[in-house]
Amino acid sequence: MGWESWIVDTLKRALAYGTPLLWGTLGEIYAERAGVVNLGVEGMMILGALSAFAVAQSTGNPWLGILAAAVVGGFAALIHAFFSVTLRANQYVSGLALTIFGLGLSGLLGTSWVGISLKNPLPKATIPGLERIPILGEALFRGHSYLTYIGIVLAVVLWFILYKTRWGIAIRSVGESPSTADAMGINVFAVQYLCVIFGGVLAGGAGGVLSVEYRPAWTEGMTAGMGWIVIALTIFAAWDPLQALGGVVLFGALYHLAYRLQAWFPPEFLKLMPYAFAILVLAVAGLRKVKRGAPASLGVPYVRGQR
Amino acid sequence: MKRFGPFVFERRLAPTRTAILGYSLLAIAAALVVMSFIFWAYGVSPVKAYSTIGRTTLGTRFGLMEILRRTIPLLLCGVGLVIAFRAKFWNIGAEGQLLAGAVAATWVALFSGIPAPWKIPAMFVLGFVAGAVWGIIPALLKVKLQVNDVISTLMMNYIMAYFVKWLIYGPWRGPTMRGFAYTDLFPRDAWLPLIRYSKVHWPTLVIGIAAAVLAALILSRTRLGYEIRVVGDSPDAAHYAGISFLGVSLWVMLLSGGLAGLAGVGEVAGIHHRLLEPDHVSLGYGYTAIIVAWLARGSPMAAIITSLLFGLIFAAGDEIKVTLQMPFQITGVFNGLILFFLIGVEVLLYWRVRLVRKGQEWAGKAGS
Repeated sequence: MGWESWIVDTLKRALAYGTPLLWGTLGEIYAERAGVVNLGVEGMMILGALSAFAVAQSTGNPWLGILAAAVVGGFAALIHAFFSVTLRANQYVSGLALTIFGLGLSGLLGTSWVGISLKNPLPKATIPGLERIPILGEALFRGHSYLTYIGIVLAVVLWFILYKTRWGIAIRSVGESPSTADAMGINVFAVQYLCVIFGGVLAGGAGGVLSVEYRPAWTEGMTAGMGWIVIALTIFAAWDPLQALGGVVLFGALYHLAYRLQAWFPPEFLKLMPYAFAILVLAVAGLRKVKRGAPASLGVPYVRGQR
Repeated sequence: MKRFGPFVFERRLAPTRTAILGYSLLAIAAALVVMSFIFWAYGVSPVKAYSTIGRTTLGTRFGLMEILRRTIPLLLCGVGLVIAFRAKFWNIGAEGQLLAGAVAATWVALFSGIPAPWKIPAMFVLGFVAGAVWGIIPALLKVKLQVNDVISTLMMNYIMAYFVKWLIYGPWRGPTMRGFAYTDLFPRDAWLPLIRYSKVHWPTLVIGIAAAVLAALILSRTRLGYEIRVVGDSPDAAHYAGISFLGVSLWVMLLSGGLAGLAGVGEVAGIHHRLLEPDHVSLGYGYTAIIVAWLARGSPMAAIITSLLFGLIFAAGDEIKVTLQMPFQITGVFNGLILFFLIGVEVLLYWRVRLVRKGQEWAGKAGS
């Protein structure tokens, strides 16, 4: 195999593995940009994965599955928004509760769907024109799931909204200094609610990507910590949607490279790689002194009239 | 101060003990109510479900012993997490630290060659050390490289789980186990003694209670405890007081991880007598201990009560699986609900509700 096809192959696999991570990370970036940490990503993802699979399997339409996953994820996030924004409860604990609850509920409701493979998974697609770019075209625009392309487009669009529009300014100012945003006439609670729910929509969708596309089946606990990797990637990407795209590809490539080492390492070591990478990328971010970009009021509930 | 009809809500700075207890019970009751809807939706009568659970867990000696056996790992992990949470160190890694302790205990039992009378003490000592090491790594990462503690402790759970899998499928797989992924059975001299006709390995229980008492003393009576509380309550004040953030983080995670490691020793040496699949060694005790610790509100002694409560929930989960044919995951749903309601009622803790009649409107204000 020549080095070109080697790079193409690695990038391709990296992007396929990274698609659910990308969706999840983009959502978490928006929630955290508005100042709300949501540690419930794992729970929202697993609920999304189950609903996507159940709906896709019973209707025969995988797109409806993704839609269901997004709706369920959004509702799950609404719970978190209520506790962390309205009740101003501890955001870490509320997110953990959401994860514990989601893992439990999906295990409870998913028993009848275990062990079936999806009858109608999403087709692959190729973007005409762009696919002819040497190397990159082959790697990024040929033979991926639609969901991967949607993820890439989302990363660009969400970056644009965050940095180039009034909405983006509103979201960022809420995350940096909610009292200032409030004084500027921005409805802090509305922005936080919307961003957290949007994060849940994408996290649920990410679960759907997993169960109707990446591994088209339902198994209990199938997210296997991906929700936590999403939170690590959010920090690594410095809360920037475009850097998230880069981070996800890097992460997926590392994961894929580990798989290339199967001949030399036992499978358990390959499986623990993503988790070790998650710590590693944060340690690297720490070495690079990435406190840059962290929204100043992240995790601090906003109380009107208090500074 | 806010008014809703005849009720006046006033802020208060420190909630009273009665309020904490009352609202905690309220949260649990609310979770039970929501849970009964879930039973009902699943086609199981909630009345029947709760009465079955009550009869089989609290109503029999066997049931009570089952509660106690589940309580042991929850108590040890829970006390450790209370210490960590007091310093606002988010240790979500008790599960992995527990497994690290189990691995160390297995090594002592099967491969160390330590003579019999020293074996059990050595298991506890090395189990503590292994859990502590697994806990200290995230502490170093947090202080030196600003690695988020939630992420690092959580990721280390997965890493340790796969490490255990590697051991039992690879080098430690027991030759006498006919291809099953277990280690060999521990020799008898590495089994913890049990309370008769039960699976309650009482030495670990005693250690757990002693740990709760010691942790309470450390937190309230020692310089370390003082530093832990200052770092947790006000990092800025800790900085100006010259308290070493690194030192406190290391101590906290040493104790927290070590105690979880002891829980792992208890599980393999007291119950399974071998190392096996990580989710059989621990049924998520390390994760549930987070709720045990949160409900205990920073008090190690209260963790004794709260771990009993969650021991009951685990025992109930077993019973629900067997008699009502519902998946064990129902405990996860219930635990999540309790945690939600707990943080929900927390808001109420800082408000005092009074009923005022007409003409008494200003009485409260004059008094405050």
